[in-house]
Amino acid sequence: MPTAIEILPARTAAIAVAGTAGGPVECDRHSLAGSVTQRACVFCGSRVVLYPIADALHLVHGPIGCAAYTWDIRGAQSSGPQLHRNSFSTDLQELDVIYGGEKKLERALTVLIARHQPKAAFVYSTCIVGVIGDDVGAICKRVAAATGIPVLSVASEGFKGTKKDGYRAACEAVYTLIGTGDTAGISPLSINLLGDFNIAGETWIVRDYFKRMGVEVVATITGDGRVDDIRRCHGAKLNLVQCAGSMTHLAKKLRDEHGIPFLKVSFFGLEDMSAALYDTAKHFGDPSLLDRTQEIVRTEVERVYPELRRYKEKLIGKKAAIYVGGAFKAFSLVRALRTLGMTTAIVGTQTGDRDDYAQLREMCDAGTVIVDDSNPLELAKFCLEKDVDLFIGGVKERPIAYKLGIGFCDHNHERKEALAGYVGMLNFAREVHASCCSPVWQYVPRRNRKAEGLNAEGLKPEEAIS
Amino acid sequence: MSCPTSALQSSSPSALGSEEFPGPATNACKLCTPLGACLVYKGIAGTVPFLHGSQGCATYIRRYLISHFREPMDIAASNFAEHAAIFGGRDVLHSGLDNVTRQYRPELIGIATTCLSETIGENLPQLLHEYRARTAGAADQPALVHVSTPSYRGTHIDGFHATVRALVETLTLDCGSRISDCELERPSTNTPAGETGGAASGGLAIRHPLSAIRNPLALFPGFVSAADLRHLREIVAAFDLPVTLVPDYSETMDGPSWAGYEPIPAGGTPVAAVRALGQAGAALECGRILAGEARTAGTHLAKLGVPLHRLGLPIGLRETDRFCGALELVSGRERPASLELARGRLLDTMVDGHKYVFGQRAVVFGDEDFVIGLTSFLCEIGVQPVLCASGGRSRRFAAVLRATVPELPAKTIVREGADFADIEAAATELKPDLLLGPSKGYSLARRLDVPLVRCGFPIHDRLGGHRILHVGYAGALHLYDTLVNALLERKQENSEVGYSYL
Repeated sequence: MPTAIEILPARTAAIAVAGTAGGPVECDRHSLAGSVTQRACVFCGSRVVLYPIADALHLVHGPIGCAAYTWDIRGAQSSGPQLHRNSFSTDLQELDVIYGGEKKLERALTVLIARHQPKAAFVYSTCIVGVIGDDVGAICKRVAAATGIPVLSVASEGFKGTKKDGYRAACEAVYTLIGTGDTAGISPLSINLLGDFNIAGETWIVRDYFKRMGVEVVATITGDGRVDDIRRCHGAKLNLVQCAGSMTHLAKKLRDEHGIPFLKVSFFGLEDMSAALYDTAKHFGDPSLLDRTQEIVRTEVERVYPELRRYKEKLIGKKAAIYVGGAFKAFSLVRALRTLGMTTAIVGTQTGDRDDYAQLREMCDAGTVIVDDSNPLELAKFCLEKDVDLFIGGVKERPIAYKLGIGFCDHNHERKEALAGYVGMLNFAREVHASCCSPVWQYVPRRNRKAEGLNAEGLKPEEAIS
Repeated sequence: MSCPTSALQSSSPSALGSEEFPGPATNACKLCTPLGACLVYKGIAGTVPFLHGSQGCATYIRRYLISHFREPMDIAASNFAEHAAIFGGRDVLHSGLDNVTRQYRPELIGIATTCLSETIGENLPQLLHEYRARTAGAADQPALVHVSTPSYRGTHIDGFHATVRALVETLTLDCGSRISDCELERPSTNTPAGETGGAASGGLAIRHPLSAIRNPLALFPGFVSAADLRHLREIVAAFDLPVTLVPDYSETMDGPSWAGYEPIPAGGTPVAAVRALGQAGAALECGRILAGEARTAGTHLAKLGVPLHRLGLPIGLRETDRFCGALELVSGRERPASLELARGRLLDTMVDGHKYVFGQRAVVFGDEDFVIGLTSFLCEIGVQPVLCASGGRSRRFAAVLRATVPELPAKTIVREGADFADIEAAATELKPDLLLGPSKGYSLARRLDVPLVRCGFPIHDRLGGHRILHVGYAGALHLYDTLVNALLERKQENSEVGYSYL
């Protein structure tokens, strides 16, 4: 039965409304106990970042769940090896927990490395490893010496912080590879892409723009990633950080220890994609590079704009809710929706920080709900109150939208549609259009509630909280 | 995918998954115990599942189940941080229960542990006792049930059955079942595995006069689909028996479109009905592997004096016959006309299609009891199972399978504790004509270039996986049509002529 939804008192400080007074959005905290957070854990943060390194072995050290739930779940494509799409686990059993999992880990690594011949191996610690105290680092060292490949421990015990700490652990692990390869022959106009995951081939789309500009992409660390590219990526002259939440830590390390500057960019939406290309060209300061960039932006925008305009005519005035992992994607989506004539009524993230929320407050229209680390009940409540037409999120948000008869666009890592770059913006517009303009919504109960005398929350007036 | 087949073959031990210290898993054919617990709790009305451990466990399990059921799947967690892992999770458990109670207003909170809370030695009975004492007298406090589900012990199926047991044990004790009224040592009954006759026969204990049962039948269906649960209810109703299914997520996990948000989706077995199970007229527990467990929900009811019938999952002709046989016995009624007709239709179709399937070689994988049911069905229709594999590790899979399906060829490989690397290694040599099992077998089917008949759990690459009907005569008929059509489609597509009339 539909029920009026109450916001937990301990959660109210994490919610703000654009255009109104009030303190900063409370964020960067451990999730409230009992709140059905949409966040995952430290392990998830590490696994998600390193997953697309396609020629490495990714071994999850723990009981079966953590590996089973992350088997081939992402749309991160590889142009070559597909090793990353397997799920390897030490599958710890009760006796391992009692006697320790070190022997099993060493045996698993030895067997799997011999079988798959990876260029490197990552070992992810799960909750239980942090409790039983296996010396994962020591085993990694021993196996690395025996096999001759880097074997890297990722300190990703699920309870040791939030997903952000998992990003950090992943950056630390991958950083140990950097600086071990030969940088000879790298162009002075060269970049690395950090935090693009090559979902549905997005890295390839973006890479092509840079190639046409005459900029060499040395390593796409987290999308179609290769161990040998990462080893020599310190030879690049600039780092572009697309997913700021996950990879800023690595970019800072590369800046501080290898002197490589970085730019935070986004490849989603016409404005942000163009800004990323222009910022890169300006950074190198080569006038002919700027000319080539202008040419590319003009050509690409002209190619997609007529079709975008047709979608805009259909979508103008529609309202969207956004709930995504990181704030940079949220910024891009607010702008991309504007390109389509739509407004953002709700925007939230799992891992945004204070500055991110301040920026969202500034860039969103007055009345937009801004929320950190939300849960299904809150999201449902806001969607009903704001009467949105579209929800942009991941698989966990999808049923919230669909149950309430709201269109949905998957912008998470499980999607199989490329949404980055100019062609990605077109795909995004097509998907938003296909969802918002489907005839099915006219039949769903929520759209007919007024006829049945129900309020915005689907309640009879007497059931609502006064 | 890149797994070089030859390399995988070298890893395949010839033993039947019976190693004392199993090695690493590559692409597991199982999930962790708390997943099973959460699904069972979703099948009880007004219930919110709650994991005592890290929030990632809840989030991953939610995502995994949503991808199959395509329904909201709220699982709360105590959201352990480092502090709780070191000093214990009392505070986060208690405040978590407070918050869930406040926001969801549940009738019951179903708590399951995780490997983290188990390993640090959380004493759930004590912590919940304290919580109950603290909240005593407060209005609208939910009932609390907890189950121990460390993910390093067993699979999602073990978690599923342990949770059914925890619910029944806790709630029937809560309501002070009339243990004194019962003969405590009443023998439980167990249809002999491998019995090839039609119905479950003699030796079943009956508490009441055959036709006079008005107390509901307790039905423990095992891990089946939402459509299966609905159909089981129909079958039992056809015998004019009232029934309490534990669990019943047929509506909570396959519900209608909403006008407003339902924090806890409608449906599920009422808590009061579970509490009353001590008075059940009879109990039916499905699963031949489960039937070998000493302590289950069924054995608990048997101790309370409820006659227990332990059967297989009613998949295929014979297992459904046995299921109906038990219902005949419990109800004192003959098989009703509607089921007679469904059975006749199944037989008629098995005749119509027999040539298409005869001698086809199949690889079957999934949960142990599910594979046993499917294998029995395949042998009935003339398909030859060449490999029956499960990620479960009951240590009796082969014996129970062969006892249930005595005609299974001796050379058929039966593996428990298998992962998809093992299955691939064996299947590559066996060169099957088709695969049957959950969608996790797709990459293997693609490499072998044979059809995958999707059934069981999970189905992550098709719509409606939770509506696949497996059980009863209607389920067998559906599986049969799907299987035959998969073979016909393959034959048609591979044909140079491309006949449109087959």
